[in-house]
Amino acid sequence: MKRWEIKKVLEREIESLPQGVTIPEAGTSENYITGTWRTFKPVIDFEKCTQCLFCFIFCPDSSIEVDNGKVVGVDLKHCKGCGICAAECPRNAISMIEEREEG
Amino acid sequence: MITRQVLALTGNAAVAFALKQINPDVVAAYPITPQTTIMEEFSQYVANGEVDTELVRVESEHSAMSASIGAAAAGARTITSTSSQGLALMWEELYIASGLRLPIVLVNVNRSLSAPINIHCDHSDSMGARDSGWIQIFCENAQEAYDMTIIAVKLAEDKRVRLPVMINYDGFIISHSIDRVEILSDEKVQQFIGEYKPEFSLLDRNNPVTMGAFDSLGGFYYEYKKIQCEAIDNSLQVMQEIFDSFELISHRQYRTVEKEMIDDAEIIFVIAGSFCGSIREKINEYRSRGIKTGLVKVRSFRPFPDNSYREILKNAKAVLIFDRSTTPGAKGGPLYIEILGSLYGVEKPPEVFNFIYGLGGRDLELDEIDKSLEITEKALRGEVVDRVHWISLKKKEV
Amino acid sequence: MASLKELAKRKDLLAPGHRLCAGCGESIIVRQILLASEKPVVVANATGCLEVSSTIFPYTSWRCSYIHNAFENAAATASGIEAALKVFRKKGIMKDDFNVVAVAGDGGTYDIGLQALSGAFERNHNFVYVCLDNGAYMNTGIQRSSATPMGAWSSTTPVGKVERGKQEWRKDLVMFAVAHNVPYVANASPSHFMDLIRKAEKAFNANGPALLNVLSPCPRGWRYPQEDGIKIARLAVETNVWPLYEVENGRFKINIKPRETKPVIEWLKHQGRFRHLFKPGNEDMVEEIQRKVDYEWKKLNIFERATSEL
Ligand code: SF4
Ligand code: SF4
Repeated sequence: MKRWEIKKVLEREIESLPQGVTIPEAGTSENYITGTWRTFKPVIDFEKCTQCLFCFIFCPDSSIEVDNGKVVGVDLKHCKGCGICAAECPRNAISMIEEREEG
Repeated sequence: MITRQVLALTGNAAVAFALKQINPDVVAAYPITPQTTIMEEFSQYVANGEVDTELVRVESEHSAMSASIGAAAAGARTITSTSSQGLALMWEELYIASGLRLPIVLVNVNRSLSAPINIHCDHSDSMGARDSGWIQIFCENAQEAYDMTIIAVKLAEDKRVRLPVMINYDGFIISHSIDRVEILSDEKVQQFIGEYKPEFSLLDRNNPVTMGAFDSLGGFYYEYKKIQCEAIDNSLQVMQEIFDSFELISHRQYRTVEKEMIDDAEIIFVIAGSFCGSIREKINEYRSRGIKTGLVKVRSFRPFPDNSYREILKNAKAVLIFDRSTTPGAKGGPLYIEILGSLYGVEKPPEVFNFIYGLGGRDLELDEIDKSLEITEKALRGEVVDRVHWISLKKKEV
Repeated sequence: MASLKELAKRKDLLAPGHRLCAGCGESIIVRQILLASEKPVVVANATGCLEVSSTIFPYTSWRCSYIHNAFENAAATASGIEAALKVFRKKGIMKDDFNVVAVAGDGGTYDIGLQALSGAFERNHNFVYVCLDNGAYMNTGIQRSSATPMGAWSSTTPVGKVERGKQEWRKDLVMFAVAHNVPYVANASPSHFMDLIRKAEKAFNANGPALLNVLSPCPRGWRYPQEDGIKIARLAVETNVWPLYEVENGRFKINIKPRETKPVIEWLKHQGRFRHLFKPGNEDMVEEIQRKVDYEWKKLNIFERATSEL
């Protein structure tokens, strides 16, 4: 049973507000883009990467994408570009590239 | 057929007995006079294994309400009880319970607020919480305290309501005096309250929810408050429905505003709590002398049955409102202010007087009630009298 | 214990899209701890950065059940949830088991939440209390708490002619918990994630309440570049400012003993909140902090030896 639609709430359909300010769905903040906060973006050099997963475990924004236990990329919709992954990568496999350089 | 079983119980024992029959999932409470004996008796039921309840003996009233909120959010039928400073310490949490729409039941045994510290009854504690979004019901005696505790569970949990309910009755006078209480069978109580099905629960592993979310600027705080106010307004009708269904199992009739000898009454007394009895006694006496007096007893203070008060009082010549708490800096007690509002716009409104009484457990003597009537009669004869009177104040002995 | 590769296959219970500052330590810690849970989780969160950033209606970052009640009552709220869980299981109307987790900052723990925490510990509720200790009221603008380190600048312990940052030593939360005889207490840091995750597993499996006191680097309040958080947390461990240890049923164990302890200056010098300590005339404060760290480390080692046979 679908208990609400976030879209309706965002469209200010007051009748659709769930009782008691409850958000009856998990992880809806995925719909909120924090990638725009970034000035530098992490780029992983998979040639150097040894799949130690340090970047994954240290990312404050759950933005290192993993698939079946392997790092496969960065979720640029949410990565805030803090640079912790790059600072902690033991292989120096991550570089922080200024966003506008790519135009 | 109603088989009547009558016990001799104090108000607190009657409520503890109701709690046993309700068999709540979680009770979180902290001792304070005069509420304490409810929890002592209930603890014995827990110790004897007569209930399934998880009793959380918290370290403060703030934690009592905090734990109640956690338990209710987890889908548990949750009850707590307190008095006075305890209710004051819960203050912040009261608003959270109602804002989150959690149907917690709180039994508040009325006691004055410090300072000076005083353990006896007045209504300052519940009146201090009148804007907290809780439904507030007052009781006159142990029977009503028992009945209303059971009713509160059903009312709070009703899908159309989903609001916390506070049952209030006078400390010591009701809580500690033995009275005749007619009890229902356990089955009747269980049947009446039914099963609680929460809208959302923290313990639904397939449907994780976020409760108590943050509302930023541009959010929905304002709309949520409107929704909450509508819910408590609408609860008045549900309350009457539940009173009616309770009557079917108990033969005891309740109204959101209780009225006695009103039909031809020219002078109406309005009061909440245990001193209804003294006023009733006086009214009978006045009536035998041909003075057409009547009684309105406060049942639901929140929501305030505004229309009913207007209808009941509008044709009277005078209304005497007895407040057992004050609103310092305002023009009278909270009940008085509320009723003045209800009478606004009435054509030829009655004269309305406010009598502050019984603070800190001060007795309301019968001749003081006579004096309040005298003041009113003076005013009706056209003499100028004050609107607000403090009665039973000590005077220098001569 | 699960390997990092296995953990990476689990579902992250904290979704992205929250609005914590870039580089915040809090979400790193929450992710690491929740990855360790093998049961479904219910979180009771105190008011604070994590709460205001992760639950902005109608957006929530929580993929587990979550409640925010107020500032001082995460432990009491968790008590109520745990009581509900217990009664439902006792009555047989619920089969699922949950890990009940209370999360609060140092303000919500060391200060305003201490009484509720004490009560919940004493009542032996089965829950894990996580303190995200960033050493100040960061959410309201970096005011000092009783967890703020001695000498640190904060907006209510500013540096002036007479005062040189915070004048008092921090409260010892771990010893507070130990005094309640709870089965499991640990000091941890996200820099040493395997240690933290192992401790989280132990805390979840403890038979009764557990405390995880975790150092939470804060770029804004500590004044360091956002990418340095983990490095600074690691320095706290390497200088013995934040030793990694656990107390299991009263038995102390130091989990990591630095082979070569770095001087406390190494920890202080990367953070703007300690900048004034490096001005001429303040050498005594740095020395005093070093002495205190050495003293605490010595004490901890004595506790470890003294309790080894418990
Ligand atoms: S830059 Fe920061 S937010 Fe982005 S992926 Fe790396 S650690 Fe995560
Ligand atoms: S930290 Fe570096 S080496 Fe390790 S998985 Fe990430 S990118 Fe690869």
